[in-house]
Amino acid sequence: MPNLEHPAYPAATLLRLESLVPCRESQVSMLLSIFGERQQFTFPSIFIYGHTSSGKTYVMQTLLNTLQLPHVFVNCVEYFTSRLLLEEILIQLQNCSFETKHASHVLCDTFNDFVRMFKQAVTSQDLQDQTLYIVLDRAEQLREMEANILPAFLRLQELTDRNVTVVLLSEIVWELFRPSTGCFEPFTLYFPDYSIGHLQKILSHNHPPEYSADFYAAYINILLGVFYMVCRDLKELQHLAALNFSKYCEPVVRGEANERDTRKLWKNIEPHLKKAMQTVYLREISSSQWERLQRDDGEPGQLKGLSAHAHVELPYYSKFLLIAAYLASYNPVRTDKRFFLKHHGKIKKTNFMKKHEKTSNHLLGPKPFPLDRLLAILYSIVDNRVAPTANIFSQITSLVTLQLLSLVGHNDQLDGPRYKCTVSLDFIRAIARFFSLLHLKEGQSIGP
Amino acid sequence: MSPPPFAPLPLPRSIPRGWFGRYRLELGAREGRHEHVLRLQADYFREGNNDSEDSGLRFATCQSLWKQIKSETEQIQEELNKQLFDNLVSFLRRSHSEFQEKTTEWTCQMKSSEIPTAALVLGVNVTDHDLTFKSLSEVLQNNITPYVALLQAKDCPGIKNLMQKLMGQLMNCYIDVDTSDEEDWVQVSQNRIRCSMASLISWYENITKKTDSETPSKKRTSSRHLQSPPVVVIFKDMESFTTKVLQDFLVISSQHIRELPLILIFGIATSPMIIHSLLPHSVSSLLCIELFQSLSCKEHLSTIIDKLLLTTQFAFKLSEKVLQVLINIFLYHDFSVQNFIKGFQLCIVEHFCSQPLSVLCCRLVEAKKRVNSLSHSQCENVRRLPSFRRYVESQVSEKQIALLTADNFLKIRELHCACLENRVWETEEYESSLQLARMLNKSDLVTMLQKCVEIFASSSGKEFDKVVEKLKEFLTQFQKLEVAGACQERGESVSSQKELQKKTDLYHLQKTLLELKESRRSKKLTKFEMLRFEVVDFIDNLVRNYLVPADHKTLHEIMYFNTASALREHLNAAPRIALHTALNNPYCYLKNQALKSDGGTISNKAPDICIVYKLHLECGRLINLVDWLEAFSTVVMAVEGPNAAASDQVDDIIHARFIRAVSELELLGFIKPSKQKTDHVARLTWGGC
Repeated sequence: MPNLEHPAYPAATLLRLESLVPCRESQVSMLLSIFGERQQFTFPSIFIYGHTSSGKTYVMQTLLNTLQLPHVFVNCVEYFTSRLLLEEILIQLQNCSFETKHASHVLCDTFNDFVRMFKQAVTSQDLQDQTLYIVLDRAEQLREMEANILPAFLRLQELTDRNVTVVLLSEIVWELFRPSTGCFEPFTLYFPDYSIGHLQKILSHNHPPEYSADFYAAYINILLGVFYMVCRDLKELQHLAALNFSKYCEPVVRGEANERDTRKLWKNIEPHLKKAMQTVYLREISSSQWERLQRDDGEPGQLKGLSAHAHVELPYYSKFLLIAAYLASYNPVRTDKRFFLKHHGKIKKTNFMKKHEKTSNHLLGPKPFPLDRLLAILYSIVDNRVAPTANIFSQITSLVTLQLLSLVGHNDQLDGPRYKCTVSLDFIRAIARFFSLLHLKEGQSIGP
Repeated sequence: MSPPPFAPLPLPRSIPRGWFGRYRLELGAREGRHEHVLRLQADYFREGNNDSEDSGLRFATCQSLWKQIKSETEQIQEELNKQLFDNLVSFLRRSHSEFQEKTTEWTCQMKSSEIPTAALVLGVNVTDHDLTFKSLSEVLQNNITPYVALLQAKDCPGIKNLMQKLMGQLMNCYIDVDTSDEEDWVQVSQNRIRCSMASLISWYENITKKTDSETPSKKRTSSRHLQSPPVVVIFKDMESFTTKVLQDFLVISSQHIRELPLILIFGIATSPMIIHSLLPHSVSSLLCIELFQSLSCKEHLSTIIDKLLLTTQFAFKLSEKVLQVLINIFLYHDFSVQNFIKGFQLCIVEHFCSQPLSVLCCRLVEAKKRVNSLSHSQCENVRRLPSFRRYVESQVSEKQIALLTADNFLKIRELHCACLENRVWETEEYESSLQLARMLNKSDLVTMLQKCVEIFASSSGKEFDKVVEKLKEFLTQFQKLEVAGACQERGESVSSQKELQKKTDLYHLQKTLLELKESRRSKKLTKFEMLRFEVVDFIDNLVRNYLVPADHKTLHEIMYFNTASALREHLNAAPRIALHTALNNPYCYLKNQALKSDGGTISNKAPDICIVYKLHLECGRLINLVDWLEAFSTVVMAVEGPNAAASDQVDDIIHARFIRAVSELELLGFIKPSKQKTDHVARLTWGGC
């Protein structure tokens, strides 16, 4: 394990830093050597990428705070326009050295203004003799802003002629950022995923004060055994660990087992964790509901998850409209005559079957259809006469707002609107079952 | 919308012109314009009739009736929502107090702080949601927090608009609570408010600091609220929000949940699955979602019908057909209780407007007074009622003369009618219990009978006293049977009894019952069975006496609104059919004798667009413009004789007329230019309409 070493900082600080960033020592030492001493110029821009919760934000924040480097930390999702982003950087810069928050209002519309005001701020804050770090978290958002923002940030050092470094944090690779017009290439640094050993180490790090570290580490081991296959998100794992720990302790609290009785503890917790994976991990039931269940010792079966309420109650004609839309989306137009007319001509079977054997329509997804086809199918599947009243048309619109249908090609309404049916076969089956109207012949021809 | 200028010309009743304009006005009447609108409505009642028909009084009655019904429905709604709102409020309290516990406990530190979220499943009747959300935000503002914001997807196409709306609503609501800070507000609005979470947080910090430092006497509103109240954000239509906006908002707010205690409410019309389809796991894991389900709209409607129609509280009734129209619209089209109530309101207005005698449609005591002061012309109206005629014909001849001549006599009769009508409805609930009673076993039957006794005893009519006595007699007989233990096995009879369940019709029921009796003559009837038949017969007689269909009653027209066709026209409009009728048969709207045609022929006197429309009905999907023009000119020139038709060239004027008619059709959406062939247009409709 490499100990962090740097002549510019005292050893005690570095030691503390090291204890704060387990499993990320090599990245930190890399950054430290890039940063150099306080007053030294460093790379104009650094691009750090890696998966969700691979410690990018945490490492940057800890590093800058522990070493007390002057910095500005901005989340680009939160400051969603360039103006907000630039203003936020300036505001943080003004508060950089003052203890008290000092809310003078900044107006900054363009990058040009930003450069000018940035120079002023650096001078007034007396930061000329040390490197200032601007960290832009979730930097992928920068691509959505004006085209000049990202290239300008990358060469901010040059534009402002000050000792400043911009650090971009992102979950995606640099290649997806590079604008077509070209730009200054930043120094890129990859944060790899935590391995299962890393996760084990980090998660066991914060053990509850009442229990020994070994006991908690054993628990984390079981937890990772269940969840590692589906979830490698450190935050989520930590959350799950905290949620289920009380259940793990239960035999110990009741005196049925001691802390070393691993097998007994495993037997107790394993089915519980599996249940958690199906419910609370998927947010089928909320964590507070899960905790209440644990406390009351109830079965999770009593509480129905969100997916248990899949049934949607629809008005009579809406059901038919949806079925008609489904048929229109998944049946080819030329079969309409065969299915919906009483006296249709025979279709040559060989021709017909050949094309269908190739691909299932369900794999191809819904196809758009015009309004009139929808109505024609509706009239033929509803037994009694349906008048094309305003209510029917407004029902189609409300199905669109409910996201059960979607409007395709949002051009002229007079051009004849086209729709797609967005619901699944199961959903339609549930509705059709209500009418005991199982379209067997359709089912056979379009079935997967 | 500005109120339409008042037109004093008497409109024929058949075309309720401006109906909708006024209807809408009435519904959306603002306080300021209220009086003007009221005057307009009163005028509308008077139109076409002279004042001898009590139009003013009718209008006043209509207004007061509607006011009563409105307050009643609002109350019902409140009661129905109470359970749901209570649950929600307790959820908000609980999650907020959990949040407030700034515990140093290990678990709380380790758990990620999720945003408490209530997924509120409201059903597909989107039109009703507004009212629910309105009362929900009222409830929240009264019980939990003054900071409630309602967001709608159409206002939030981007995260920026969402933040703008959110901040606008939150900061305004603060002003509403405390007006003394108006100067502050002006200052804030002068500075450009930065639409960011940071400014929202600083606003929240300020506001909580301020309320904390206030003296207790000034805490008018905050005393009911929680300490450092949460900010509740309601997404009214979750389905319509774009994924990106929601994700961004949730990510931002989860980062600041410690500084800004946010609680979300997702209004969901379809199913809670939508949350999973809208949000990826990384975002939905930021939420702590609990599910809440509102009462189903069908239950809501049945409560409304119970409280508005199956009650003696309101004199106004709907006939079977009208009720069917309203219920059909509800079940087949929209599931909207609000639309049902609006339809009901339309019935009330239409009834009071079109039926002069509706002046008597009010409480019994009031009706008595009004009967005595009926004018001669109103009595004449009574005589014209078909049901009254029927009644007269069934009476002996001297009485007939008396009825037709003496106004006074008439008035007495009327009272009786009013009494009867009320009573018939009182027994409405009874009908359902009767049908059940026929197939019940002993213990159920006894309880049912006891219930009947209660219902009858609670109704005031004297005629029912005997009935109650008789029923009580039956009850004691049953009890005796029980003591004797004579009740035997009735296993065989159960299967045949089950057949009865299928028959809901009274007549069929009796028939099967008789058959049953005959088939079982050979078997020995137990005492219980004999008694049961006795009871059922008795009840059957009772029903026949009292549950006569409403339109067999004399003078039912006063209370019952039965022009279902008018209602259907207003509520279930068919624009395509109307358009087709107008273009295919212009006589229907223009009433010009020259246009009267029989079926297929095309009159050249019809407007150009009608001719063009009729010609295009004969074409396929693609229409050749040249052929169409040819046909058009042939029809138009038909009157000018063969010499005009001889000229080969089409007249410029006719050409122009044709082009205009075709572009009108295009504007109406019947055709569009085709890309396949340049000189063709494509039809956008098919068939007759």
